[in-house]
Amino acid sequence: MIDTDFLAETLLKLLGGLPITLELSTISILAGVVLAVLLALLRQASRVGGLFVRAYVFVLRGTPLLLQIFLVYYGLGQFPLIRHSILWPFLREPWWCAILALTLNTAAYGSEIVRGGLAAVPTGAVEAARVAGMSRWTMYRRIILPLAFRQALPAYGNEWVIMVKSTSLASIVTLMEVTGQAYAIISETYRAMEVFLCAGAIYLTLTFLLTRAIGALEHRLTPYLRRPETTLGGLA
Amino acid sequence: MSSPEIVVAVSNLHKRFGALEVLKGVSLEAHTGEVVSIIGASGSGKSTLLRCIPLLEVPEEGEIRISGEEVALRTRGGRREAADAKQVNRLRSQLGFVFQSFNLWQHMTVLQNVVEVPVHVQRRPRAEAVAEAESLLEKVGLAEKLNAYPSHLSGGQQQRAAIARALAMRPQALLFDEPTSALDPELVGEVLRVMRSLAEEGRTMLIVTHEMAFAAEVSSHAVFLADGRIEEEGPPSQIFRDPQSERCRQFVQRHLDR
Repeated sequence: MIDTDFLAETLLKLLGGLPITLELSTISILAGVVLAVLLALLRQASRVGGLFVRAYVFVLRGTPLLLQIFLVYYGLGQFPLIRHSILWPFLREPWWCAILALTLNTAAYGSEIVRGGLAAVPTGAVEAARVAGMSRWTMYRRIILPLAFRQALPAYGNEWVIMVKSTSLASIVTLMEVTGQAYAIISETYRAMEVFLCAGAIYLTLTFLLTRAIGALEHRLTPYLRRPETTLGGLA
Repeated sequence: MSSPEIVVAVSNLHKRFGALEVLKGVSLEAHTGEVVSIIGASGSGKSTLLRCIPLLEVPEEGEIRISGEEVALRTRGGRREAADAKQVNRLRSQLGFVFQSFNLWQHMTVLQNVVEVPVHVQRRPRAEAVAEAESLLEKVGLAEKLNAYPSHLSGGQQQRAAIARALAMRPQALLFDEPTSALDPELVGEVLRVMRSLAEEGRTMLIVTHEMAFAAEVSSHAVFLADGRIEEEGPPSQIFRDPQSERCRQFVQRHLDR
């Protein structure tokens, strides 16, 4: 009944798409975090900045990611200005288009998560930093962002899991990541059930590992939220 | 006789929060080695006065000097603000400020809290800062808690850690903003003991407090604030035992009787 040979063969082929899935996830998540922090800070910085970020979040959060990928991949090429710019060698590549769309999208959600983290930083901690003569940069680097990041981590973990799964949409712009591979195999074999189940297993494994990693990071960064440990940690 | 150096001086401070004028022209000086206690009812402006010194609040009017250097202020768009952020940060790092609610950095251990400013603001070598922090923490009785997180400490321990953090900056003066008001009564003593030993070392201190007996004992000068003005000031023997003004007499009486 169960064709293990076919399953093994399928799994192997699908794993061929894993590098692209991992690239898309890692790069867009990392670039997304940087952009999200910048957006959250810009939102605080000025009225105009705040309006811009709110509009950005409104649009990127209010439209489907698939549509955003389409717009970047098919839409941008319509403009001669872009076709003749130095960015064109990148923007005509589906890989870069997917990275761009995924990054812009996750940055919108991420900036809201970071904003929540920033809002949860106790004013007393900030005052203690100010009164000690910390420059703005040092204060953000040493006190505000570390506290905000710890606060935001659980919610941000969710967003990262969603991003890993969202990379499957990149198959629609010809990228042969895991879902793209699955689709290709099905069009040859018509055995959708086995192939999609294999693909699902791969995503499940990825997100399982990711959530465990996030949990471990959270545990490491927030010893102060637990009961005191008997072992003594040194200076970080 | 040459008078000792003036470490902190404010003159004619006015501070308004919206329609409420909290400070209505207050002047105050602290000389080297002096312990100035600032007392008064809630809302009299004493915390605001203390917070104006490191510019946690910016006064609308008046002058602040730290070690003789005037803090440059300017008016922009109808608001008073620091004219030179670098200068403010430099002057701030010459003062140690202790808050009512400790305000330790929760994500850092006690030791990390204490070495943070010496290493990352004052750019002193880490090894030196750590050694000094350890001896300061021993001094405030927290040698066993170097690697504990603030959330794992009692209020009294947290406040003593906060005092060590302020001392680690090698400040010209220590500013205490109701340092025992957030503590359980049985934890007040341990913090006052540390403060008393600092006063005995000859450190310059400005203390906003409700602990009248303590203030009477350690201060060299006392200031009674009422409605945003200095109602009476003088040596502790006068303020706490023989106040001249009726309001000061009533206030001290009420608090010493408790």
